Amino acid sequence: MSALPAKSLAETAAEFGLSPTEYDLIVRRLNREPNLVELGVFSVMWSEHCSYKSSRKQLGKFPTKGAAVIQGPGENAGVIDIGDGQACVFKMESHNHPSFIEPYQGAATGVGGIMRDVFTMGARPVALLNALRFGDPAHPKTRRLVSGVVAGIGGYGNCVGVPTVAGETNFHRGYDGNILVNAMCVGLADADKIFYSAAPAPGLPVVYFGSKTGRDGIHGATMASAEFDEASEEKRPTVQVGDPFAEKLLIEATLELMASGAVAAIQDMGAAGLTSSSVEMAGKGGVGIELDLDKVPQREEGMTAYEMMLSESQERMLAILKPGREADGSRIFEKWGLDAAVIGRTTESGHLVLRHHGEVVADVPLAPLFDDAPLYDRPWVAPRPRPRLSPADVSAPADYGKAVLKLMSAPDMASKRWIWEQYDRHVMADTLEDSATGADAGIVRVHGTRKALAVTSDVTPRYVEADPYEGGKQAVAEAWRNLTAVGARPIAITDNLNFGNPERPEIMGQIVRAIDGMAEACEALAFPVVSGNVSLYNETNGVAIPPTPTVGGVGLIEDYARRADFSSMHAGEHLVLIGETKGELGASMYLREVLGREDGAPPSVDLAVEKRNGDFIRDAILSGQVSVVHDLSDGGVIAAAAEMALASGTGAQLNAPEDMPAHAFLFGEDQGRYLVATSAGDALLAAAETCGVPARIIGEAGGDVLAVLGLFSLSLERLRQAHEGWLPGFMGE
Amino acid sequence: MKAAVIVFPGSNCDRDCKVAIERSTGAEVSMVWHKETELPAGVDLVVLPGGFSYGDYLRCGAMAALSPIMADVRAAAGRGVATVGICNGFQILCEAGLLPGALLRNESLKYVCKPVELEVTNAQTRFTSGYRGRRQVAMTVGNGEGNFFADEATLERLEGEGQVVFRYVDNPNGSARRIAGIVNPTGNVLGMMPHPDRAFEPELGSADGAILFQSALASA
Repeated sequence: MSALPAKSLAETAAEFGLSPTEYDLIVRRLNREPNLVELGVFSVMWSEHCSYKSSRKQLGKFPTKGAAVIQGPGENAGVIDIGDGQACVFKMESHNHPSFIEPYQGAATGVGGIMRDVFTMGARPVALLNALRFGDPAHPKTRRLVSGVVAGIGGYGNCVGVPTVAGETNFHRGYDGNILVNAMCVGLADADKIFYSAAPAPGLPVVYFGSKTGRDGIHGATMASAEFDEASEEKRPTVQVGDPFAEKLLIEATLELMASGAVAAIQDMGAAGLTSSSVEMAGKGGVGIELDLDKVPQREEGMTAYEMMLSESQERMLAILKPGREADGSRIFEKWGLDAAVIGRTTESGHLVLRHHGEVVADVPLAPLFDDAPLYDRPWVAPRPRPRLSPADVSAPADYGKAVLKLMSAPDMASKRWIWEQYDRHVMADTLEDSATGADAGIVRVHGTRKALAVTSDVTPRYVEADPYEGGKQAVAEAWRNLTAVGARPIAITDNLNFGNPERPEIMGQIVRAIDGMAEACEALAFPVVSGNVSLYNETNGVAIPPTPTVGGVGLIEDYARRADFSSMHAGEHLVLIGETKGELGASMYLREVLGREDGAPPSVDLAVEKRNGDFIRDAILSGQVSVVHDLSDGGVIAAAAEMALASGTGAQLNAPEDMPAHAFLFGEDQGRYLVATSAGDALLAAAETCGVPARIIGEAGGDVLAVLGLFSLSLERLRQAHEGWLPGFMGE
Repeated sequence: MKAAVIVFPGSNCDRDCKVAIERSTGAEVSMVWHKETELPAGVDLVVLPGGFSYGDYLRCGAMAALSPIMADVRAAAGRGVATVGICNGFQILCEAGLLPGALLRNESLKYVCKPVELEVTNAQTRFTSGYRGRRQVAMTVGNGEGNFFADEATLERLEGEGQVVFRYVDNPNGSARRIAGIVNPTGNVLGMMPHPDRAFEPELGSADGAILFQSALASA
């Protein structure tokens, strides 16, 4: 920071991402100019990343309560009740900007950060998911980014020993300059042993433990709140470096410390490190906090107070211990070989006071930092609606067989085996379904019980781009549908809202409308939001990413013997299509991949129908009537049938109905639908009729081809080659 | 019947091994921290679990092989106590000199997690007798350094002495002669990259791993 004194503080504030108005506000709140340390503290606490200043107003629309919600948004992660005194703790978070600049470390530390959010609440992480969006495969950077991100996710999660069980990967030129890496972690805890961050009282010791503090990641939160330009790669030094071995030790030590009864409050040091953790703990508890920075374990010599407060070195925790329990801490930290120190105390002052070399280097009231962060009601314009496409507006393929091969080998549709084979999906020995096994959600057992958690991550960015409101609804509905399709009762979601620059009214319009749609779907499906993360400013040179509000859903399976997959279809079974098909081809995968068009309105989601059809399917699974179910999404009926056939190793023969054009029936992406394979198709039709659910038999399983009568027949072998071949081929293997 | 699972810093299959042994054999399983110097008295089976001991930062298993508990593991192995190293545990046994060879970086240069079919190359060992002549069993692998390597003379000796216990049907990592698991000359120390501790119940895709633990303890 040697160059700083040459500039005015106001100029420095601008470099730190604070607007002139925000700087003036700081001066007013302090009644004086801040010093550099104080300015750094304000700038990170008031960054978009930490303060949600542009999105907070909109996030208030989400339903966040429900019978099963123990803790909604506002803590490190959401907590839901899964019965028997057990709780599930989960959250999704982005590490987009760092992953673009340094893909391995950016992705690795994203995984590390989200795990810390979960075990900080007292939960043992039991499952990881990730939602990845890369640029056009033809873009020169894409292959290197895929390779680095996947290696980083695997390198971290595999080492810590938490299975990566599900995820999604898209490619689109809209992400050429800003990839998205959203990681989700799901943990298990006893419902009466959840830990929170609010400091309960003044006069308690503040303990730092974990890795030492270095100069890495300084101002990472600020970087995450800015757009990219050509110079962004120069920001590489702001990307943190992960140490999964340290994280593993940190998990064990943290859970052991919690079990010892010594912890009064605890917070991980994530974005904005020591600053945000100390401010959050004291601010939420309504107390003051005083830190002696000389006591902070340091990796490098001569670190300034500014550097220590802004460092985003990984694998660090801050705990407030109960009186006189320091010895418990020392014993546990020594066992696990972690650095630790009492670095301060909570106080009655209501101020954050920092000392360094015996001098007070910062003294600011916590209230403005913690809850007076600016709140913006940013102007927005409604997205321009796109026209609905009727089947007649969309041409049928000249050759259906070729079209199906093209669809199933498209980057978004092709098998992601190359990716998930690099992830340990089996550690902890409770994985029942994962990316490899052919089910609509990852499923892990609740250790030692008959219960299981179903987890999924969903959003269809091309729908959100076409219509943020319908796309937002669809993201929530698809997560709910995927959980339903395995027989789980959907309980709650976490969300990761990835958008461009909210200061642009058209981007703010995407945010507002996507949240409107998501909130409506959450309400209608009784699927509340319990945690989340917002990632804005995903733009390069003024071009924003497609709006991508990723939804991470969690559901409960009461007895894992009663569930469904789509990999056990047998010859002779009927294929029953549940739900109504009108042939919605706007913004469809067929339109984009086969016809090269990205126009039209996306399919609309009728939430009442979604719920009715889903409840019907879940009841059929739980009653044992069906056990082979696949939700319909990208690519429609034919893609679902192809995936079922490939996963089961059994072909399928379909009949296209005569009441609509075949391409609309096969490729349409109408919502609220499922494809079921059952030996008792007629009984299922009868049950569906009783519930008012549209259902019809559209074909039969068997043989070694996927065929539609009179249109095409493809050997499973050829289909598999197309489906499995694209990604390894792209990666040069 | 008593079993002990050694816990190194960075082990992450320690609980899996405990649960797998308990559920498949009913044995009492002690977790032994690597800084201990003695195994529990009368232990019939010692397991070195998978994971990333010391983060795999020097060379997989190199630092764990020098842990205080390893002296007693070596002594127990010398007395003929059944000793199994799985994945990182196999790497530790090689680094400790209890088994020959080394595990190199996978041929693909990538971590690989997938189900594998294994040939039971030697069904006469105390770990495989329970397979009762079955030629093929199913487990999963999950490793970045599972590529077994030894010089030709050692490989010939392993083959000649019946020390190759498991072979991959499809080699996932480039292992010499498709070797997935080997025993020492006295047949009481087994190292293998596939995970019997992730294959002990049909719900997990295979219960073939349970038979391995049952065999190991039945012969104790």
